[in-house]
Amino acid sequence: MTQDSNKENLGDKFKKTQVFRAIFRTGGIIETHKQRVLVTLNNVFLHLHPVRLPKHAVKVKYTWCMGGLSFFVFLVLTVTGILLMFYYRPTVEYAYGDVIDLQEQVPLGIMREVHRWSAHLMVITVWLHMFRVFMTGSYKPPREFNWVIGVILLVLTMLMSFTGYLLPWDQLAIWAITVGSNMAGATPFLGAAGPGASLLAIGDVNFVHSASDARFAMLGGRFVGEGALLRFYVLHCIGLPFVIMIFMIVHFWRVRKDGGISGPT
Amino acid sequence: MSTDTSKSSPERQSDTMDRRSFIKWCAIGWSAFAAVIGGYGALLLRYLFPNVLFEPKQSFRAGVPSEYTTGEVSERFKDLYGVWIVRDSEKIYALSTVCTHLGCTPNWMPSETKFKCPCHGSGFYKTGIHFEGPAPRPLERFKIGLNDEGEIVIDKTRKFQQEKGEWSDPESYLLA
Repeated sequence: MTQDSNKENLGDKFKKTQVFRAIFRTGGIIETHKQRVLVTLNNVFLHLHPVRLPKHAVKVKYTWCMGGLSFFVFLVLTVTGILLMFYYRPTVEYAYGDVIDLQEQVPLGIMREVHRWSAHLMVITVWLHMFRVFMTGSYKPPREFNWVIGVILLVLTMLMSFTGYLLPWDQLAIWAITVGSNMAGATPFLGAAGPGASLLAIGDVNFVHSASDARFAMLGGRFVGEGALLRFYVLHCIGLPFVIMIFMIVHFWRVRKDGGISGPT
Repeated sequence: MSTDTSKSSPERQSDTMDRRSFIKWCAIGWSAFAAVIGGYGALLLRYLFPNVLFEPKQSFRAGVPSEYTTGEVSERFKDLYGVWIVRDSEKIYALSTVCTHLGCTPNWMPSETKFKCPCHGSGFYKTGIHFEGPAPRPLERFKIGLNDEGEIVIDKTRKFQQEKGEWSDPESYLLA
């Protein structure tokens, strides 16, 4: 088709093979604008990205890249988190020792620190991302629903932080979660120490007591012990990441569908 | 052998559903679906509350009164049950080891005769009354009594709060 088609290079030859064309749905040589669009649309990973970007959207000064950095840090946390799970056992007997073991004895013991510092960093980047979105007015219609999704993602990030806090099973962890979970005990009607809980009773039988309230559901016990460690571990490693990923998918998709990154008006 | 002649036959028409019964069946179907999902939700909620807890009992025997020295705070049951047993010149009472600020466990400081919480510095007298730090109210006391063998029995499911005037309740102390 082109003038120099008779001296095509090795890459072009490879792109014509069945292997390449089977894997990449937009096969062949990419020449037209339509084909370039199709490369993005026909790829599951690329199709999350817009085909074209407004110039301001790539300005670091405008976006700070905080949303992208939050996602990057999330990926770092996923990888390091999975690696930590190879050594960490969420039991009262082993948890603290395994964390020390991870730092002192396991090769590349920095993995735990990377996870920990990334966790701190993610809270910071998510917060800065929210600040940027607020300052550029990007929460305004048509993006108001994506702001709501973003707030949910912030809460989920906090819950990831909170559940991860308990896992080292040191004094700081236990008492921090004791203090934090006592707030759940003060939930109106649902917490044993909360207002209205004593109203939910028939005669002497209390329905909301220390073994049947919101705090108990969280801790799996009356105090921060074995049950709490296991529940927090499962939530931290499986439950919350699953939920956070679903909201992330919707969040990224809505950024595009609501007209891409907002621009200066 | 007949091919698709039934389509135009008159009895075929009675099989089609009219609007009213379609809506009725939709309502029944969705109600059943909602009920099943709701039921699973309730089961899931119940699943979070196990029937057996591998925790120390809420009620326990704490020996006979003569094992406790007048004027001293016993830490015998602090770790297992979260209770200090205090004997003064008049009575014996069981103090909760849960700080009334945010739920940490204070330490008994014998030299200063006070309970001091390591988390935020709340201080309590031997009676449980708060006097320093952020704690908003005194430590709670538990129900205390004697069984037929003359042993002290402490029931943590009944608590007595000073600010509600419950410490005068005879079940909240033992006369020494």
